[in-house]
Amino acid sequence: MAEPLVIIGKGMAATRLVDELSQRALGRYSIAVIGAEPRLAYNRVLLSPLLAGEIGEPEIELKPAAWWQARGVSMLYGKPVTGIDRAAKTVMLADGLALPYGQLVLATGSKPLMPPVPGFELPGVATFRDVADVALFRTVAATGARVVVIGGGLLGLEAAYGLARIGARVTVLHLADRLMERQLDREGAGLLAAEIAARGIDIRLNCTAERFVGTERVEGVELTDGSTIPADLVVVAIGVRPRVDLAVAAGLDVNRGVDVDDGLASNDPSIFAIGECAEHRGLVYGLVEPAYEQARVLATRLAGGTARYTGSLLATNLKVSGVSVFSAGSVEPGEGDEILLLRDPAMAVYRKFVLREGRLAGCVLVGNTTGALFYLGLIRSQQDISPIRADLPFGEAYCARAA
Amino acid sequence: MRHDAPLASPVPTRTTCPYCGVGCGVLAAPDGRGGAAIAGDPDHPANRGRLCSKGSALGETLGLGTRVLHPLKRNARGAYDRVSWEEALDAVAAGLKAIIAREGPEAVAFYLSGQLLTEDYYVANKLMKGFIGSPHVDTNSRLCMASTVAGHRRVLGSDTVPGCYEDLDSADLIVLVGSNTAWCHPILFRRIQQNRAERDAKVVVIDPRVTATAEDADLVLPLKPGSDSALFAGLLVHLADAGLLDHGYIERHVAGFDAALANAREIAPDLVAVANLTGLPQTDIASFYALWAGTPAVVTAWSQGVNQSAQGTDKVAAILHCHLASGRIGKPGAGPFSLTGQPNAMGGREVGGLANMLAAHMGYSPAEIDRVRRFWRAPRMAEHEGLKAVAMMDAVADGRIKAMWVMATNPAVSLPRADAVQAALRGLDLFVVSENVLSNDTLAAGPHYILPAAAWGEKDGTVTNSERRISRQRGFLPLPGEVKPDWWIICEVAERLGFEEAFDYAGPHEIYAEHAALSAFENEGSRDFDIGAHAELTRFAYDTLQPVQWPVPAGKPEGTPRLFAEGGFFTAERRAMMQPLAVPALAASTSEAFPLLLNTGRVRDHWHTMTRTGLSARLSGHIAEPTVLVHPDDAMHFGLVDRGFARIATAHGTAIFKVALDPGAQPGSLFAPIHWSAENASDARIGAAVHPLVDPFSGQPELKATPAAIAPVAFRSRGFLLGAEDFALPEGSWWTRVAVEGGQGRLFATQADASELMQRARKDFGDEGLLEMVDAERGLYRCAVIRDGRLAAALFLGPDHDAPVWDVVKLAFASEQVDPRQRLALLSGRSLDGAADQGPTVCACFGVGLNAIRTAFAEGAAITVEDIGRKLKAGTNCGSCLPEIRRIGAQARVEVPA
Repeated sequence: MAEPLVIIGKGMAATRLVDELSQRALGRYSIAVIGAEPRLAYNRVLLSPLLAGEIGEPEIELKPAAWWQARGVSMLYGKPVTGIDRAAKTVMLADGLALPYGQLVLATGSKPLMPPVPGFELPGVATFRDVADVALFRTVAATGARVVVIGGGLLGLEAAYGLARIGARVTVLHLADRLMERQLDREGAGLLAAEIAARGIDIRLNCTAERFVGTERVEGVELTDGSTIPADLVVVAIGVRPRVDLAVAAGLDVNRGVDVDDGLASNDPSIFAIGECAEHRGLVYGLVEPAYEQARVLATRLAGGTARYTGSLLATNLKVSGVSVFSAGSVEPGEGDEILLLRDPAMAVYRKFVLREGRLAGCVLVGNTTGALFYLGLIRSQQDISPIRADLPFGEAYCARAA
Repeated sequence: MRHDAPLASPVPTRTTCPYCGVGCGVLAAPDGRGGAAIAGDPDHPANRGRLCSKGSALGETLGLGTRVLHPLKRNARGAYDRVSWEEALDAVAAGLKAIIAREGPEAVAFYLSGQLLTEDYYVANKLMKGFIGSPHVDTNSRLCMASTVAGHRRVLGSDTVPGCYEDLDSADLIVLVGSNTAWCHPILFRRIQQNRAERDAKVVVIDPRVTATAEDADLVLPLKPGSDSALFAGLLVHLADAGLLDHGYIERHVAGFDAALANAREIAPDLVAVANLTGLPQTDIASFYALWAGTPAVVTAWSQGVNQSAQGTDKVAAILHCHLASGRIGKPGAGPFSLTGQPNAMGGREVGGLANMLAAHMGYSPAEIDRVRRFWRAPRMAEHEGLKAVAMMDAVADGRIKAMWVMATNPAVSLPRADAVQAALRGLDLFVVSENVLSNDTLAAGPHYILPAAAWGEKDGTVTNSERRISRQRGFLPLPGEVKPDWWIICEVAERLGFEEAFDYAGPHEIYAEHAALSAFENEGSRDFDIGAHAELTRFAYDTLQPVQWPVPAGKPEGTPRLFAEGGFFTAERRAMMQPLAVPALAASTSEAFPLLLNTGRVRDHWHTMTRTGLSARLSGHIAEPTVLVHPDDAMHFGLVDRGFARIATAHGTAIFKVALDPGAQPGSLFAPIHWSAENASDARIGAAVHPLVDPFSGQPELKATPAAIAPVAFRSRGFLLGAEDFALPEGSWWTRVAVEGGQGRLFATQADASELMQRARKDFGDEGLLEMVDAERGLYRCAVIRDGRLAAALFLGPDHDAPVWDVVKLAFASEQVDPRQRLALLSGRSLDGAADQGPTVCACFGVGLNAIRTAFAEGAAITVEDIGRKLKAGTNCGSCLPEIRRIGAQARVEVPA
């Protein structure tokens, strides 16, 4: 009889794992997927278009129920896990059910960070994580409400854009001196800020929230400089923290995330972790591509194959109506690195390439991201780009002709 | 765009081309917008409807952007103020008067031009030699045909071209001496090629440099510079020894034969001697002599390679001797033939524009002076020969000449030691220039008055071509601004000098009729130049004058195709007079410091100092940069690389040119084009480096053999500019200006790096619509300015070894709108389909680029030049690119073996 494989979490990582596994070893495991949210797994990346009303809710579903059934997956949704008994190799559920496992995969994802400032518990202070948040935002924003988004990273900007699209008057507060500071250089971030501002969103850099003010519900955000920005809704998007409480309770090695090796195994060889709850070589990834890569590797191994996960190259895509941003690898030159620039400010286009010893080490594309995958490929392959250097900024076709 | 243009006229005007001495007929149909549709005149005997690349592009050169349209007076700050004609003419006349009164008439000089019409020339010559009383009238023909004039006069007794163009059609052998006919007289070259194709005529090319003309010649003789007369002295000896002399003709019509033959034997006793002197293989010399001796219908045609020499007169004489001694002169298909450089060099010679002529082919004998005095009723005749160009400029420099009036030429570029000439002109008490353009190197010498003269298409008169054919050059555009014809300007000054009635002409027809009358005055067949049949020409008859070859004496209106077949030379005894020749030698020999010989000349698609051809993008596409041709061995020896840069230095000056390796170049010789000036290049005034040594008879300088040194010049970066005409390149940059579709471009090289150019570009262009590509470490910077959707300017810079190519960006610059999707791609400087990569222009007539022709050959779409013609039209008009196309085809066959 098939070995029981239990997956805690039913987000994008879990779904991809089942998908990969079913292609490799359908029937080898009897798979159970446990999720807290009482609904089918959906694509979180599509939450902002959903918020912006560019797509409808059905469209964000990753796989229909039939798909899960076809793969003989038991779906235990709306059933929070209370604990893991490693000795008994069972997972305990809130309703008292104990689920035996042969292999256990933690794909619990992460939860949004809340700033430790007074007033964060006030109604109207929310994070942007799931479909429920979207529903709330849409009702509030539709009234032309004033919204403060805290955090000028990828998620915050997507939220801000979505909210503005549906009628909210949005202000973005960002701690750093430029937007998406981890993915963009100063010029790229400046161009992005200008483009977002041009879409009616007020961006305030170098600001920190002192506290959220309000009696019944939030009414504004007071900044460290004493000023207050009135707000009917505050959306906090300052980052996420891996959900590791189960792992901790089970006594697994945990730093920020569940510590896994190149086989995605925790210090308990029958317990694995993938996605935003996992920490690999000291890195916790907050993006979907690494989670997918990890899912592929783990699926291969669970299917009896050999594969190693050696880390992911970070590539960021921001796509908010017309302002597209792509960033991968090193975006700032290190010692001895060289820079290749192409800019057309009138068209809000900026392209920067960081070259290291004749290889492409990273790039930033703002405004026009064509060729992003080509560049990602060059960064991955580390091929010598010297012969195509002068044509690099113009995309694959030009480089092909040059080479 | 001019606003005073006439409506487009249905009937094209019959006129003649303003470029070389072939004198092609042109049909010009004004388009009503200041331009004109240009076509060859099928009824003109010189070209029968054909035009060369330069002539075909005349319509592109009619803009007023560079023209001077009002009289200008230099002010205290050295700038120019617009003044009325009254003020300018009064001042010029007063200035001349004062200097004549103070210093005498010989302190005054005119420097004229083969670009002037005969009527302009005539009144200038008349004013100076008959009324001011100074003999100092010379012309840029001194740099062009003076040695032929002197040679003709010494040997034939008169400045008479014996034959005509039809001889090139009917000759069985055509010998081209010191002439790149394919590039400099393309229409005659076509006639020669046609003769070869239809009649199997042979062609021999004698030139130190193996040029396009030599591409498919039957025999090429790249002789040592300056050894031409040795080769022809040897030919005379060969004719004598082979018993091929025409003793009857010599008997009846030639004097001085024995002395000349003895002299020839001293110089060139045998093949060994000739081989030593010319550096040619004996076998080649022998076959040339055999071919020449064995072909009665032989034309020996020459051009600047013979004339621009300190022994040019002897070289001409040496050639004439062979034709006289064999009686091969003035017969169909046989004769010596001088191919003139300029459209009206001949007309200038006819009126007496050269300092050693008086008027109407008369010299300075007392009888001739008296005759002209009586005809002109001249108060103050010049009594002796005047100073020739080079000596004239020396006299300007040392203050003997205090007033000079320059008309229609640019001596500060074209004369030897051009920098010294420019400095000398600055020092004149009165310096007047009649010009078309607002700015050139001579105007940079700061004339006190600039007089706006009519240009081609506006002026009206006659010109004479190489075969003595007088044709009308007619105006088809109105005079723009306050522009006036040269004859009018001269006559106005003459009136103000008190010579009203002698210079009171109703129009050029009256001037021409007077000129004709003078040519016939007391002539009775004693002088070659007689156009007495035109002495009574009415305005109508003048306006409808058909092309005709002089002599046109009274009673012989049909003119004269050939002379001297039966002797009748214009000397006292009616005999030609052979002359002993000096031992062939160059005026200056090479040295350790100057081990090479600098040769100068023309390129295919430019004319003189480019004031006209420089306006055409088509014509600028063939050779865009001032380029010195160097033999690969010399390049190796002096460390030069193809497409690198080199400084040419002589005892007189230096210039920096792009380098092109040319296997056709003679080892030890450099060839630099004469066209670039301070107007269109930073360091390419080659005239500044040319020595002033002249021929003892003709005074023509040896422009083709100045001892020179050459050394590589390295630049950090190279680039190009499109638009941005006032963009200031870094100090010390090398640049050349190039006409491109939609405006102007500059190709440049500089020691500055990418970041310096970036700073300048940002400062100069501003942020609005500025696109940039920066790769500082690679020394690369590219930017484009797009405003209102149009490419307003572009600057591309790359490292010296990787200069950016501008073909694709030029196309975008020419187009009205930049495709928004192509904005970024613009900075790649490339087009994905590759279609836009034209490469340098090969066929200027149809604007066909090198790459298209290469492709056609490579793809097998074409095997022969005729295939190329059928497929791309290239080479089917003037044919001056046919040798190049043939070469490209040959290379293609080597590169992609079929």
